[in-house]
Amino acid sequence: MRKVALFSAVLVGAAIMLFPFLWTVITSITPEGSLAGGPTLFVEDPTLDAYRTLLDTVPMWRIMLNSFGIAVAATVLQLVTGAMAGYGFARLSFPGKNIVFAGYLATLMIPLQVLVVPLFIEMRTFQLNDTYFALLAPGIASAFGVFLLRQAVAAVPSELDEAATIDGASHLRIFTTIVLPLVRPTLATVAVFAFMSSWNGFLWPLVVIRSPEFMTLPLGLSTLQGQFTTEWDVVMAGSVLSIIPIAVVYLLAQRHIIAGIAHTGIK
Amino acid sequence: MTLVATKSPVTSPPPIRRAKPRRSWKHYGWVLFFLLPSAVPLVLFTIVPMISSIWVSLHEWNLISPMRWVGFDNYVSLLTDPQTGKVFLHTLLYVAGYLPLVYAGGLGLALALNRKLPARAFLRATYFLPVVTSWVVVALVWKWLLNPAGGLVNQILGFFGLGQPGWWTDPDWALVSVILASAWKDLGFVMVILLAGLQAIPRDLHEAAIVDGASGWQRFWRVTLPLLTPSTFFVVVISLINGFQVFDQVYVMTGGGPGGASQVVVGQIYDLTFRYGRAGEASALSWLLFVVILAVTVIQIRGQRRWVHYA
Repeated sequence: MRKVALFSAVLVGAAIMLFPFLWTVITSITPEGSLAGGPTLFVEDPTLDAYRTLLDTVPMWRIMLNSFGIAVAATVLQLVTGAMAGYGFARLSFPGKNIVFAGYLATLMIPLQVLVVPLFIEMRTFQLNDTYFALLAPGIASAFGVFLLRQAVAAVPSELDEAATIDGASHLRIFTTIVLPLVRPTLATVAVFAFMSSWNGFLWPLVVIRSPEFMTLPLGLSTLQGQFTTEWDVVMAGSVLSIIPIAVVYLLAQRHIIAGIAHTGIK
Repeated sequence: MTLVATKSPVTSPPPIRRAKPRRSWKHYGWVLFFLLPSAVPLVLFTIVPMISSIWVSLHEWNLISPMRWVGFDNYVSLLTDPQTGKVFLHTLLYVAGYLPLVYAGGLGLALALNRKLPARAFLRATYFLPVVTSWVVVALVWKWLLNPAGGLVNQILGFFGLGQPGWWTDPDWALVSVILASAWKDLGFVMVILLAGLQAIPRDLHEAAIVDGASGWQRFWRVTLPLLTPSTFFVVVISLINGFQVFDQVYVMTGGGPGGASQVVVGQIYDLTFRYGRAGEASALSWLLFVVILAVTVIQIRGQRRWVHYA
């Protein structure tokens, strides 16, 4: 009996979590005229007008492609730079290594808000404002990824690469054929964080991008609000379009995402 | 013989101990090869901006005309400006509303979903969905749900004959709106962390408590909650760090308004720079925020001995 009550409570909670998403879809297909009193659960004459208005006024596909391209590029770059540095710190010795590693970790302490203004000025100095490069720059390397991958590489038994060294394998060969396959779970975790933080990032694009053709989804959506102040159907249509890709990625990689967050505690 | 003896350290190394690998130029070439791809961007896009941020904070600058050295004036004027107190107060109020809400909700969910319930995996995934959704989308959706005219929440409140607040259009309710949206989004995150903590509690502790005749409540208070303190500590630390940096949802839902009623620290940094052209003060404020976050985190790490139990 208590279990039934508990289960019902959890189900109601799940409905509260899902309902805003459903409401977003409903609003986006409600004719604008009947929005004033609020949409109803069962839309009488559903329409795609809001989507049409949206696609006519905002380069929505381009913005979605930007978000996707930048997120994929940031993910690949962070995996490459992070895994290489992870190998470097775990396997190569050189004077001052601990100090350099501490320097990497120190960058984790600095919040983005401190960096935003000078980073903006730096980009402006090199006339890189309002470009893809500017969007990508802070996401090329992440000290957090380096840290996770250093730990993972250090956990790989060094007998494996010593054997390969005797066989005459170079560091690059050991890195690509022995170490990388063994740290795949950590690579997956780093990939998930890199993708999500790029996909959801808002403050940096807001500061550095002006032209609609370089905007990412969060920025594009926030500007919709100014353009369509009371046309909630259009704003919600934009929200629906931007939820779909990340929801698909989430469904495919759900286990990695939840496990990664449970183990590292970072979003 | 004497000639050979002087050479001996080189020509005859101890046979068993492995020779210390020589640090050749080639070796340092490899070090650079593996480290430069991450070091260069980190220096260019984190270290350099960080140092120049300190430099900017010591100047008066509107981003256009030449910088004027003012020493620590920006810090002094920030500390005496009542607006600074206000934005820190709003940020603090946000954290104070958000953290208990998200922790209580997350704990309840974690406890429920740690049991063998039907469709457990589906339920977990559902509660987690908002976590992967971007803040801007969440803020827009909640702004619409909490719309004073035609928003769903007020429709429901009206249906039950309850009062209908102006939510983000009302200075008294603006922060509450932001807190509700934020708690909804992060509930699943807290749930996942606490679930991992719950699963790490050894089963035999509960079994021993049952053998000793402990009731469900007693087991919750005496076994589960104390052993969940490491995860709780973690949630609190992370939530406070993120909470003090709150910006996206405020910018989208209220823009810091109405009338500055929900302006938070990062919003103030943004406005100072890009609306009022006071980049020096903005940089100083960002360092002030950094110091506050650092202090809060250090205090928690110091204080954890009093209440965090590691099994």
